[in-house]
Amino acid sequence: MRNETAPVERAFREEYGHLIASLVRRFGDIDVAEDAASEALLVALEKWPQSGVPPNPGGWLMTTAVRRAIDRLRRENLRDAKEQAALVYDDSTPEPTGPVEDDRLRLLFTCCHPALAPEARIALTLRLLGGLTVPEIAQAFLVPETTMAQRLTRAKRKIAAAKVPYRVPETADLPARLDAVLTVLFLVFNEGYLATGDGEPIRTDLTGEAIRLARTLRDLLPEEPEVLGLLALLLLIDARRAARVADGLLVPLAEQDRSRWDRSLIAEGHALVRTCLTINRPGRYQLLAAINAVHTDAPAASETDWSQILTLYDQLTRLDPSPIVALNRAVAVAEQDGPDVALALVDRLPLTGYHAWHAARAEFLRRIGRNAEAREAYDAAIAATGNSAERAYLGAKRAELL
Amino acid sequence: MTHYLLSVHGPAERGEFAAYGSKEDMEEAFAATGAFNEKLRADGYWVFAGGLAPAGTATVVDGQGETPVLTDGPYLETKEFIGGFWIIDAPDLDVALRLAAEGSAACRGKVEVRPFEGPA
Repeated sequence: MRNETAPVERAFREEYGHLIASLVRRFGDIDVAEDAASEALLVALEKWPQSGVPPNPGGWLMTTAVRRAIDRLRRENLRDAKEQAALVYDDSTPEPTGPVEDDRLRLLFTCCHPALAPEARIALTLRLLGGLTVPEIAQAFLVPETTMAQRLTRAKRKIAAAKVPYRVPETADLPARLDAVLTVLFLVFNEGYLATGDGEPIRTDLTGEAIRLARTLRDLLPEEPEVLGLLALLLLIDARRAARVADGLLVPLAEQDRSRWDRSLIAEGHALVRTCLTINRPGRYQLLAAINAVHTDAPAASETDWSQILTLYDQLTRLDPSPIVALNRAVAVAEQDGPDVALALVDRLPLTGYHAWHAARAEFLRRIGRNAEAREAYDAAIAATGNSAERAYLGAKRAELL
Repeated sequence: MTHYLLSVHGPAERGEFAAYGSKEDMEEAFAATGAFNEKLRADGYWVFAGGLAPAGTATVVDGQGETPVLTDGPYLETKEFIGGFWIIDAPDLDVALRLAAEGSAACRGKVEVRPFEGPA
């Protein structure tokens, strides 16, 4: 049975974002769209195992979902004005001057609207565009399923009641609004790449989904350098995935087996970084991508161009003078100027609750030979991280000091 | 179109210059708010607006029993109360948020945006 339904479910998930986005546009209501899509899935699960997956599964699902939604709205006697309005929803609604009009792009901006709570933005994006189920999203963010369901319901109710618009923002608002979208995709990726909880240390479902959505965004807004930058960044980090965990231990960049890096992802990431350079409107994600391009350019860790990386971090600091950027910059400083210089920089940062701050301090202290302090810092880092492979790595490093 | 309530919250205790630090601040805020109100009317967003007397002037009425029970003071005792509000008619939340930002700058207070139920 599982084997029979697997192709249907795979096709459904691949088409889900498209399907929901088109249905929201047509019916102007997320709940109507979700109900219609799940009814279409039920029909597909019944028919496809016998008739086979149709040549255009997306089109088939869309036609079926629209028919079901209209049937249902008629059956319910067009109870209220909203549903009546939905049936006559006019596709020619004038749109402000959004650069590209695509249903998924509109929905992505709705999901990432700044009037919604940040955690609701992530959940809505994964649910409506990624097609993840509520239990899957709840598991990814370590909250009970009912909590996640309530969070989604509340956000959808706000979108409907407060009329959060379903459109690409006007050009003047685009940079700020786009930034909220990029933040959501980066957070989804990061949660996948350093997963919290006792499950898999890397959640490829989340990293893969973030990359897929970033690719969609790139196809829709190919002129926006920060979109290219984010995609490049995700590809260049993901390219190192196979080398990142060995025997359940996180492997730091310097110790990774570079032959296991994915060369085609690196080539794609580097090409995107070069395109960003020609556009010449640097931004946060482009600079992070460029830093990762320098790392993936080095045949061995010892051949890393640290001065180039420091130059890029200095540029990034001017755009984003946050302690997190300062911490990452200090790691490069340690390579260029030594761990004592880096330690002095890091000790000033207000990041005592952040696992990476403790881990960086532990590493610098160990290299300076201040072993007792290094052990304490490893303990603090172990206590602060939620990732099993990182905990294992830090524990092993600490043990070397005994 | 949807109606939105834009409410301005201010301190319960008002000084000599209402919620403002000085006479000049107060007069500037009143002038800016007046100009903003004119703009709302001119652009067709205006439904209603008003400033409220201090919360201490409120009376709570419970008319659910046989004879109404009257209680002096506001319904909730908090540090901040609605000091004034606009009701606007806007096509969507983005427009309402933009107007709220302008209103907030004009009256020099935080503005809460809340939709009325159902289409306007």
